[in-house]
Amino acid sequence: MSFLLNLLTRLTVVSAASATAPAAGSASMTDADDTGSGFHVLMRIIRMALEYKMFIAVGLVLIVGASIFQLFIPLLIGSGVETVEEIFNSENPDVDALRWTLVTTAAMLLGSAVLRGLFTYGHMYISENLAQRLGYRLRMLYYEKLQRLSFAYHDRVHTGDLLTRGLLDIEGVRAFASRGMLRVLYLAIFVGTGTFLMMREDWQLALISLSFVPIAAWRSVVARLQTSQGWRRYQEEMGQLTKIMDENLKGIRVVRSFSAEPYELVKYDKSSNEAFNRAYQLVTVRATNLSYITLAFFGAMSLVLLVGGLKVLDETDPFSLGQLAQFLAFMSIMQNPVRQLGMVVAGWARGATSGKRLFEVLDQVPEIDDKPGAKDLVITGGVLRFEHIDFAYMDQFGDEQVLTDVTFEARPGHTIGIVGPPGSGKSTLAHLIPRFYDPIAGRILIDDQDISEVTLASLRRAVGVVEQDTFLFTTTIDNNVAYGDPWAEHRTIESATSNAQMGEYVERLPSGYGTLIGERGVSLSGGQRQRLSIARSIMLHPQIIVFDDSTAAIDAATEQRIRAALQEVTADRATIIISHRLSSLMHANEILFLEGGKIVERGSHAELLEQGGKYRDLYELQIRPEDDNVQSGGEV
Amino acid sequence: MASPDTAQRRQTQSEGNRPAWVDQRRSTGDLDEQIFSAAFSGDVIRRFWGFVRPYRGVLAIGLIAVLLFAGSTLALPWIVRITVNDVLDIHTRGDGNLRNTLYIMVGAFFGAVVLHVIMGYLQNMIVGRVAERLLIDLRRAMYAHLQRVSMSFMDKTEVGRMMSRLQGDVGALQEFLETAVTSVGDFVLLFGIIIAMLIMDWRLALLTFAVVSVLAIARAIWLPIARRAFLYSRQTSSITSGALAENINGVRVVQGMSREHVNLDLFKEKADEQLRAANRAAGIGLVMIALVDTLSGAAMAIIIVVGGSMVINSSLEIGSMLAFILYVQLFFDPIRSITMHYAVFQRAMASGERIFEVLDVPVDIKDKENAEPLEDNDGSVEFNDVTFGYLEDEPILKNISFRVNPGETVALVGPTGSGKTSITSLLHRFYDIWEGEIKISGKDVRDIELSSMGNNIGMVLQEPYLFSSSVYENIRYNKSDATREEVVAAARAVGAHEFIMRLPDGYDTELEQRGANLSLGQRQLISFARAIVADTKILILDEATASIDSYTELLIQQALARLLEGRTGIVIAHRLATIRGADRIIVLQNGEIIETGNHDELMAHRGLYARLYSMNYASFDDIPDELIAEATEYSRTAAT
Repeated sequence: MSFLLNLLTRLTVVSAASATAPAAGSASMTDADDTGSGFHVLMRIIRMALEYKMFIAVGLVLIVGASIFQLFIPLLIGSGVETVEEIFNSENPDVDALRWTLVTTAAMLLGSAVLRGLFTYGHMYISENLAQRLGYRLRMLYYEKLQRLSFAYHDRVHTGDLLTRGLLDIEGVRAFASRGMLRVLYLAIFVGTGTFLMMREDWQLALISLSFVPIAAWRSVVARLQTSQGWRRYQEEMGQLTKIMDENLKGIRVVRSFSAEPYELVKYDKSSNEAFNRAYQLVTVRATNLSYITLAFFGAMSLVLLVGGLKVLDETDPFSLGQLAQFLAFMSIMQNPVRQLGMVVAGWARGATSGKRLFEVLDQVPEIDDKPGAKDLVITGGVLRFEHIDFAYMDQFGDEQVLTDVTFEARPGHTIGIVGPPGSGKSTLAHLIPRFYDPIAGRILIDDQDISEVTLASLRRAVGVVEQDTFLFTTTIDNNVAYGDPWAEHRTIESATSNAQMGEYVERLPSGYGTLIGERGVSLSGGQRQRLSIARSIMLHPQIIVFDDSTAAIDAATEQRIRAALQEVTADRATIIISHRLSSLMHANEILFLEGGKIVERGSHAELLEQGGKYRDLYELQIRPEDDNVQSGGEV
Repeated sequence: MASPDTAQRRQTQSEGNRPAWVDQRRSTGDLDEQIFSAAFSGDVIRRFWGFVRPYRGVLAIGLIAVLLFAGSTLALPWIVRITVNDVLDIHTRGDGNLRNTLYIMVGAFFGAVVLHVIMGYLQNMIVGRVAERLLIDLRRAMYAHLQRVSMSFMDKTEVGRMMSRLQGDVGALQEFLETAVTSVGDFVLLFGIIIAMLIMDWRLALLTFAVVSVLAIARAIWLPIARRAFLYSRQTSSITSGALAENINGVRVVQGMSREHVNLDLFKEKADEQLRAANRAAGIGLVMIALVDTLSGAAMAIIIVVGGSMVINSSLEIGSMLAFILYVQLFFDPIRSITMHYAVFQRAMASGERIFEVLDVPVDIKDKENAEPLEDNDGSVEFNDVTFGYLEDEPILKNISFRVNPGETVALVGPTGSGKTSITSLLHRFYDIWEGEIKISGKDVRDIELSSMGNNIGMVLQEPYLFSSSVYENIRYNKSDATREEVVAAARAVGAHEFIMRLPDGYDTELEQRGANLSLGQRQLISFARAIVADTKILILDEATASIDSYTELLIQQALARLLEGRTGIVIAHRLATIRGADRIIVLQNGEIIETGNHDELMAHRGLYARLYSMNYASFDDIPDELIAEATEYSRTAAT
């Protein structure tokens, strides 16, 4: 079971990645054009890594050690063979001395091998640890930043995209740090020293031996870049296929009722074949490049055997069999690092794109933040005043004005009702009060303090907005209700929940308030979710409470009961109710009818009916034409 | 602030985030159990073979390639050995023909290299491709089967679980095939090396094996520990990912409640744990690298001391000593992959069982042999004495009989659980009934070809279900021959054209998953337009219960009227306006029809309907349960 879950997590990551893949693709495109910026991004990551001075210092020492002991191995193998060979070269060999040389060589070989193992372990672990720490730091910074970026930013940027950056791009930077930084130094030192040693031994043979290096390095880089690109596309295509299957299975009733199975299979096959062709391509790329590398390596080895063999045969040349063995050993030891070059380069490419996408977010400055020297909001009476508020969303919807000259006052104990057609700016108005957005003109005052001059935390403690779209967290019911005050006492939670008319339901659950909500726990209906979200807000006893169409999924009778229960709580507080259901706000002290961002009618229910304007039209639309007892029905 | 109570609260707070942890930790155990309890299953292998069979020819070639690849790998050190012994050994030097022999040997070496490369290429291509092909076949078979299995199976099945079978389990079998073929190569290579070493010198060979067997044992111990560490690291990582995702999705609530600091602390706990777990996994994982490095060095040291002494004693040729060194380097790879393959094999067994479990789900509802497509549908619907339930002994519908005449609109009304939805599902033959018969246009549904149902009965679900493709494709859906004009006309008919044209790309606007970028009312209208394009004689409509603002509501009511024009309509009605507009109302309760007639007749009858109606709720679904119970009681006593 957990295996399935695990896979599912992985799948979601993949599909989340594919959902935003076009963005990722375009980012990497621009990056390719602008290598300068890619370089700067990598430098920035490296600078961050350099702050871990101890890790870098220890890592460097370990790298040098690992390279040295790694290179000792072929040297010792060579000298071992040479020692043995000696016996045939000299007329009267000192067998005991040779034996002894052999034993010391072997002991040194064993020692080098152990030290090589330890040093390699050390530097790889240091690299990985450093990279994990870097990833950790970025993760915390990212989380912190996301929490502070304002609503306008979150409206603009898709959540899937933010998630991809937080998961895959941090991973990309981490992978770069782990394989692209210290590892590069190791490769450089190792291959460089190795080349030097071989050249010193016999430069011709060294050149032949190393002839495979450029080809293998080139091919490994090409293969990596091709596969990582192909792999990304493959994942996009798999994401598409997953979506098709998922939607089909979830919508199986639609599929069956339209007898659309054949159509669905055609759709599936098309997507599936695309993914298959991509996978085929990947197999080909891998197999082809692997063949090139192998051919280059063993081809070079054949040449080494030939030329080295001829040298050994040449009596005039002092080149020995031991040296030939040494060259062969060098070759096999150099093979793997060279093959890793592709991984390193791909790591750079990924690190640069990922880093860029990550820093884009980290460098964002929250549009709404505490002003320098902002003071806490001081509640004296609890009067909210809108003074000639204009508002426009600057980015997403162009700069069309959403609110124009909105002025009203909400006093403690009073209720303001706001009604109007969809898109008239009702929710926007609600979002201005806790400063989720800032107005472009006018002032919003709470007890004569401009809300843009006070600290956000104190403002948002004073204002509670119950949102239209209920978002509950995957945790227990009491944790959800106490979301705004995790240290709240249990009876506070209970009373808020009961006031929201959820108490009975929750207490009937086997685990009561400890019941988990969401996928793993109990699934709640829309109305129940809204009631919990109401409980969450009222538990904090905000001075000003805004219900933004937050009872749409709650039946009328329950809503009445909630309102009755809240009467006591809100007696000394201002309440703003936004609703399209007139029965929810008929009782308000003042009702504002919004249209096109302007208040077109205002007054009490009776006054507005009297006026015979838009409010009255809406009222008539909502009641049953032939019934005359509806008024009483609305006011149960 | 820090009263005992608050401290305790803090405790529960962190525990509130705990269940996910605990759950996942516990399930780690499950996984091991799952993997280690999955024994070899002949049945799985046999059925898997059924899928492999079509490719057996290619696979045979692949297998030959694998064998030749292993052979050529073995040959390389051997040729080096012969070269050294016969050509480069000091004893034989000075012979003029040696150069020629060297040329021949190097030629042979290069020949083996070419064979090695070609066979490696073939092996990778064939095995890789067949495995991909097989993946496609298996998944296709499962998916196609799921399109046919009965609705009652689909009702019981979580889509998420099905998806993981379609993806994860199929992937595991693919991986299995890939490794199955290459592990044949690994075994051949391993045995080849052992034999080659034994031939050269059995004493030195045994000594070397002793060192290598230390690796095998160490790996056997290390593997489960490492796997657990990696699994745990992955879990902690998915927990942090989950926390991040939730915070992104709920960022508005977080800011609205000023919970940033608390969340950062909680996130830090998870991120800390992830860091610890990742570092631990890295630490454990890298042990193997160090161990292989050390052991290969040890093996070489032994070869140099012991082998070297033997060469000095002339009991071993120097070429053989060199070949030993080369073979030892080859030794480690196959051991690593074979131990890894074992886990793959076990996983594949478990996955295979799950896959074939799905493929074995019987298709209950299928065409009879003499089933005919439904043509010349007059649009009449008839239920005769229908009894049906989802669970044995629990009938949901009891002896239901009614007839809907062509063109008539019938509203089904009744409290939740009264059987309204079951009636509509049965009409479409999602399930087979226990007793009685259901006739469409005078024909029993069981005698009608299932594939012709869609052309005759349309269905609009309560929750409009849209696919993530363009608006145009959503309206046209499977009616591929519908022209663009038809689609636009349908959208106009239901009043959706205006808002569609306002979307960024009009009809070509891509919808997000489930149409998330549209409002509920808009999604509803699109699903109406889809039903109009499908243009069926009979339409089943499950009216939405969710509250929609009055403006959209009006649009929908008008669209509904257009939709039902000229069709037989069976409407699961919630809104009073819809109910009153119906030609006939059937009131259901506990699976029985208790009243039938039009609005005025039912009002005059003063039964349950009249009672519910007089409660003045805008919709029957708004009425609290206790009031319904009261009304039921009332109408029952009134009837007696």
